[in-house]
Amino acid sequence: MKQVFKRPESLSKTPFHYCPGCDHGVVHRLVGEAIDELELKNRAIGVAPVGCSVFAYDYFDFDFNQAPHGRAPAVATGIKRTRPDAIVFTYQGDGDLAAIGTAEIIHAANRGENITVIFINNAIYGMTGGQMAPTTLIGMKTATSPYGRDASTAGNPIRMSEIIATLESPAYVTRVAVNNPANLMKAKKAIYNAFKLQKEGKGFSFVEVVSICPTNWGKKPADSHKWLAENMLPVFPPGTFKDVHGVEKA
Amino acid sequence: MAKVLMKGNEAIGEAAVLAGCRYYFGYPITPQSELPAYLSKRLPQVDGVFVQAESEVAAINMVYGAGSAGARVMTSSSSPGISLKQEGISYIAGAEVPCLIVNVVRGGPGLGNIAPAQSDYWQATRGGGHGDYRTLVLAPNSVQEMADMTIEGFELADRFRNPVLLLSDGVLGQMMEPVNLPEPRDYDVNSKKWALGYPGKDKAERNLCSSIFLDVEELEEHNWHLYQKYQVMTDLFSEGQYKDFAVEEHLCDDAEIILVGYGIISRILKTVVEKCRKRGIKAGLLRPKVLWPFPTKAIQRLADKAANFLCVEMSCGQMVEDVKLAVNGKKPVYFFGRTGGTIPSDFEILNEVDKIVRPD
Ligand SMILES: Cc1ncc(C[n+]2csc(CCOP(=O)(O)OP(=O)(O)O)c2C)c(N)n1
Ligand code: SF4
Repeated sequence: MKQVFKRPESLSKTPFHYCPGCDHGVVHRLVGEAIDELELKNRAIGVAPVGCSVFAYDYFDFDFNQAPHGRAPAVATGIKRTRPDAIVFTYQGDGDLAAIGTAEIIHAANRGENITVIFINNAIYGMTGGQMAPTTLIGMKTATSPYGRDASTAGNPIRMSEIIATLESPAYVTRVAVNNPANLMKAKKAIYNAFKLQKEGKGFSFVEVVSICPTNWGKKPADSHKWLAENMLPVFPPGTFKDVHGVEKA
Repeated sequence: MAKVLMKGNEAIGEAAVLAGCRYYFGYPITPQSELPAYLSKRLPQVDGVFVQAESEVAAINMVYGAGSAGARVMTSSSSPGISLKQEGISYIAGAEVPCLIVNVVRGGPGLGNIAPAQSDYWQATRGGGHGDYRTLVLAPNSVQEMADMTIEGFELADRFRNPVLLLSDGVLGQMMEPVNLPEPRDYDVNSKKWALGYPGKDKAERNLCSSIFLDVEELEEHNWHLYQKYQVMTDLFSEGQYKDFAVEEHLCDDAEIILVGYGIISRILKTVVEKCRKRGIKAGLLRPKVLWPFPTKAIQRLADKAANFLCVEMSCGQMVEDVKLAVNGKKPVYFFGRTGGTIPSDFEILNEVDKIVRPD
């Protein structure tokens, strides 16, 4: 019998600890597939954040560093500069990347570090129990915005892809979602493109994945994906903001 | 190699290169600026990497990344910047990644000033960041030692898989003295089997650099493992291989009063000892060259012989607590300090000695 579906080699055999329906597992799989397809497994080094994906190192079957909250792009810089032949990526949530680690991501992007960043934007702090994130939508209720996010005191949802795309150095900045099969295929391609660019030494690649957090959103996974399509995608529109080398056309 | 005239900060930079360090990550701050300036010029000449980071926080995490990938790596800063690095240092210590961190101490707290100080002793010797950990702390007192201890610092960091802190100050950083530089050493990024990207490992093996142990029992086990390592270090520095490296004793054998001081202060204390001796006061100098592990045993031995101890610091009194712990009530321990960036004069200290040994 021909095997048509199997675990990517780049993923370990450890079962995911993520909540049922969480997008983290799906995105891990896409990262694993991209690394397998590009035959990069033996060169890959991941950097895990602080957040629900802190144990990402358990799920991938290659070397990993576990970085302080928000500092993954700085840690990745140190690794990549030391081992230029390694394929180095960070995997970060929106608290990690868009709040405490804003300086690190902007400057790693601006230096054009030849690394890949996978950014999970689920509009909330998952691990710490559903607090407001910089990406939380206006009016959205969270553990620390019980009356709904109020723009007059808490500002507006921050769009990291758009911000990073204003910089000259990054090679590839794109936003995707994994809420339906069509978007999933686009996300798969985007993650593949990002690693391909790094493999070719073409510079900084950034893939934002608009994701769900059913547990802290208080919704079932299917309802969460519907809510994402109706509420998050208008604020965080999928699309490619920068593609210096035309990797999407290739 | 012939002797060359160098600033302390530059001597650290050149020594780092000679030690095989090829990676520097830092953020500008006075009074250590000559060091990154030197390395930004020097490292590219030897195919090294110099990155001016966006902050001290980013710099120490670049160090964490590079060190975890096997690099011989360093960063430098001065007091406020070292405060910012503490979270990263804690992770580095927890993950047991070797690196060298230079603190050219300036006056604090807060923004303080840019004058030389020793007020970061507690931060340096107590770990500084959160959690049960220690950093090895070296305290040079000359430009020559800035170079020597930089080289030794990298070796010690690798040997113990632990961050090493070089605690200097604005005077040592800025002053010029002749230095004897050693022959360059080779360092191979692929010499550490545990490093990320280590090419020699079995296909099934993978390396992980992490400080997270969510399971209570696992973290306890890890912390005791670290503790045991610190115990080994303590033994080696107090009685073993590094005993002489750890402390300098000058005219202590017959001394009635022992002056205790580290770094630039120890040079002033040497003058004070000479002046005391000329005036018939039997003074001696004990200089900790390694501040953690602290030379407790050396002080204990002297506490049986000498009558008094006077600890002198450029702070309101920090190391004096360790001296008191070592003396353990056997003899009186006095303190004299100037703070805020002021350097005490030999005259002032002599006055203090007089007050102790000739109280009339
Ligand atoms: C310095 C520091 N501050 C705060 C925390 C607590 N903390 C852990 S995870 C987290 C937020 C994670 O949210 P996000 O990055 O969005 O990832 P998610 O859990 O949603 O995947 C916070 C604030 C920490 N570990 N370290
Ligand atoms: S808390 Fe949210 S982000 Fe974290 S695993 Fe659960 S669903 Fe996923």
